[in-house]
Amino acid sequence: MTTYIDPSPSAAAAALESPTAAPASGAPAPGSAAAPAPRKPRQGLVHGLLSNSKAMVGAAILLVFIALALLAPVLFPGDPSRITDMAGLEPSAEHWLGTTAKGQDVMALTIHGARSSLLVGLTVGFASTFVGILVGLASAYFGKFIDEALSLVTNVFLLLPGLPLLVILAAFLPPGLGTVILVLIVTGWAGSARVLRSQALSIRSKDFVAAAVVSGERAGRIMFREILPNMASIVMGTLLACVIYGIGAQAGLEFLGLGDVSTVSWGNNLFWAGNEGALMTGSWWVFVPSGVCIALVAFALALINYAVDEVTNPRLRKIKPVSEGKAAK
Amino acid sequence: MTVSQVSFGSHEPVLEVKDLTVKYVGDTRSTTAVDRVSFSIGTGEIFGLAGESGCGKSTIANTIMRLLKDPAKIAGGSIRFGGKDVLAMGPEELRRFRWQDVAMVFQSAMNSLNPVLTIGEQITDIYTTHAGYSRKESLRRAAELLELVRIDPVRLKSYPHQLSGGMRQRAVIAMAVALKPSLLILDEPTTALDVVVQQEIMAQIKELQHELGFSVLFITHDMSLMVELSHRMAVMYGGRIVETAKAADIHTAPQHPYTQALMGAFPPLTGPRIPLTGLADGVKFHNIPDLAEVTPGHFVAPFAATDTASAHNSAAACGPATSPALLEGAAR
Amino acid sequence: MRFILRRLGFYLIAFWVSITLNFLLPRFMPGDPVSRMFARSAGQMQPEQIEALRKLLGVDSRPIWEQYADYLHNIVTGNMGVSITRFPTPVTEVIASQIGWTLLLGGTALVIAAVVGNLLGILAAWRRGGAIDSALPPLLVFIGSFPYFWLAMGALYLFGVILGWSPLRHAFTDGLEPAFSWEFIGDAGAHLVLPALTIVLVSIGGWMLGMRNTMIATNAEDYITMAEAKGLKPGRIMFRYAARNAMLPSVTSFGMGLGFVVGGALLTEVVFAYPGVGYQLLNAVQGLDYPLMQGLFLTITAAVLLANFLVDILYVRLDPRVRAS
Repeated sequence: MTTYIDPSPSAAAAALESPTAAPASGAPAPGSAAAPAPRKPRQGLVHGLLSNSKAMVGAAILLVFIALALLAPVLFPGDPSRITDMAGLEPSAEHWLGTTAKGQDVMALTIHGARSSLLVGLTVGFASTFVGILVGLASAYFGKFIDEALSLVTNVFLLLPGLPLLVILAAFLPPGLGTVILVLIVTGWAGSARVLRSQALSIRSKDFVAAAVVSGERAGRIMFREILPNMASIVMGTLLACVIYGIGAQAGLEFLGLGDVSTVSWGNNLFWAGNEGALMTGSWWVFVPSGVCIALVAFALALINYAVDEVTNPRLRKIKPVSEGKAAK
Repeated sequence: MTVSQVSFGSHEPVLEVKDLTVKYVGDTRSTTAVDRVSFSIGTGEIFGLAGESGCGKSTIANTIMRLLKDPAKIAGGSIRFGGKDVLAMGPEELRRFRWQDVAMVFQSAMNSLNPVLTIGEQITDIYTTHAGYSRKESLRRAAELLELVRIDPVRLKSYPHQLSGGMRQRAVIAMAVALKPSLLILDEPTTALDVVVQQEIMAQIKELQHELGFSVLFITHDMSLMVELSHRMAVMYGGRIVETAKAADIHTAPQHPYTQALMGAFPPLTGPRIPLTGLADGVKFHNIPDLAEVTPGHFVAPFAATDTASAHNSAAACGPATSPALLEGAAR
Repeated sequence: MRFILRRLGFYLIAFWVSITLNFLLPRFMPGDPVSRMFARSAGQMQPEQIEALRKLLGVDSRPIWEQYADYLHNIVTGNMGVSITRFPTPVTEVIASQIGWTLLLGGTALVIAAVVGNLLGILAAWRRGGAIDSALPPLLVFIGSFPYFWLAMGALYLFGVILGWSPLRHAFTDGLEPAFSWEFIGDAGAHLVLPALTIVLVSIGGWMLGMRNTMIATNAEDYITMAEAKGLKPGRIMFRYAARNAMLPSVTSFGMGLGFVVGGALLTEVVFAYPGVGYQLLNAVQGLDYPLMQGLFLTITAAVLLANFLVDILYVRLDPRVRAS
């Protein structure tokens, strides 16, 4: 996105990346400046999500995968990549998802793969969002030179094509899970910083922030106690998007063989599937499960993300059929 | 084709609205924005609709042109235009009816012009769509139209952001009269403009009305402007009409306490300074009954005597904070 | 004009950043790629190869600023070193022989996805709650959740291996000479369909939903109501008034979309062994061909920046408010 020099009205540009870019509902009245910023919007968000079917379906799928990841050592004890049986077996009662060309149990690999994939996804998601919050808030709060500089860096990172950057960073760093996480944060934070900056900027211009500045509150307190609580929904959306990015990018990186090929993760499972020619030998059961798992987790997160948008932006909600006779006056 | 002052309230109405009810239907509750509203506008008549923000004036305007969007729903009543039932029109009939029979000037000219098309393109597409003129002919007429509202035709090539606020509003008015409609709806046409430009715009509208003889539905919360321009007017409160009469009668002898408060919220331009009056704190009208004729042509919704008393007693005491909606109007 | 110049300046800065990153990475990273490479190719490397590598990766005794100046000079003059895996072909030559295929695949997929996706978004927003609006978004979001390369694997398995409808690999049949003949173009087209289709499928949902949401916001604007009041035909309102305005943010987001699609195209190439820069990137990674990796990174970055600049020029054409100032 190009808002280094934003040519379009910022609202219009922001509307694209997230419909929630419009200020969250219930901006506090100017008078309440001295008191801590109201937490209403957040409660409304949680309540709205709980009664949103998309959010609930997404959360259910996500919980299943988290449970599987936590229970993996119980369900499939021992090293999942050890050779258990004949190579290239079709799914059967003994091996629900068959075996790989090496003879590993695909089910065990898939369930254990959830651990690394979710761990990396969540870590990358939280860390990138955190960096994004810091950069976005600092940009919006301090403005002027700091904003110019931070925006420039953000936009440069946003523009550099992600995958090639990932590849060259990963290629020069010592291989390992830590490298993968670090590289994904380096390439992933800019998107969230940009979205959060534009939101923080609109809150920064509200009267209650100006009042807090005038009353001499410290910068840190204004940023984290006055501005941040009012962008809860957009932080949430950004976090979900970052987790999706983390999981997908990890898989892509590992598929190219740039991860730590000795760990068991969905991306590495697919790397080995490709390496061992699962496609050509027709062993679909080797590459289907990990891919479907990635898609399901990403889909679940996307569902929650859309639910957040719907809850905070009434315009996007489904139009309910007219119910007559309830004229409240 | 000139406005005959005697023709107002003529017996052949251009527009007849009967028992119109519009509701905003929400997930958990519905709100009635317009509640059993009836009025009619005669040929060449200027009919004013007054009331505070949110009383349903603009909803009526949008309903007449069938422009309501979800969640607003027409819940009852009828709108007849020149004998045709507007609410029963099919999409194609409705499309022809719009702008040819009834045109509208919206509140904010900046927002009602498409920012990426030139003024010329936005005028010519009226002609090419409705009159079937060629592009060249449409452009020629568009130039004439701009001259009519005293804008240099070179502006046809301008984009909305290149015009001043007053120019934009005049361009919108020019568009509105492009097809010589029989009814022009003016929805707070001067709200976003400064006072000097407001006067220019109103003079422009009066002049055009003289020349073309259309009827006008004039919506505003600015009572002095309305009394000055309208022949007949109605005052709305909470989705209902509380009083309707000749503008002069309402000006000299407002009957309903709400009308009185509304009239009192505006300072006279000349004469001695008098304290402003508004509705007293907490005075609200509920279940407003249907209108009753008090004198010929003057209809008022019956009200309890206590309403009047409280409105008047507190009149002197009520400060700026008492009726923000009214004062918001006054401040503009 | 000022807008264009500012954007140009920004892209130059971005490109300079990527060059500098390329220069610094091998010199300051904790890992030691040089020794990794020496170890791997024990004894098989030519002395010239080692020398070229030393220079590129900074195993060099000169002061750093001198190396930097040298490096900048080399990049500006188009000298990106010599490929290790395809010694002694210069990196630029290797890339030049492959970038055409990537442009073909990525360009085709990007244009189709953007055009069809935006059209679907316009239609969905226009008929809120209609068939397109209720059925497509969840479906496309679900498809879009799959990794590009996985969908490519699935498509290749289904249509290539099982059904045999599509060629299995490469951009044209082995043994066919690239030429401007109908036979070759047809053959290349047949090889293009499946890879392009998978990229379109994954990326189309983002375009559609983005456009749909902007259109919904645009539809609430006063000028849309005014256009309806004017009694214009629905098609004209939809395209000339609503979509024409909703398009603007969509055009600006093209840049970011581009980066993702390029990444997706690279992974898709790997699956289909499509002879573009993505496939080459995999070879470079596997062969620890650092010069080629760096060259590919710079070339792809330059291409993305250039495309963004073209989009900016288009934006100025589309939005009169930017044009005037």
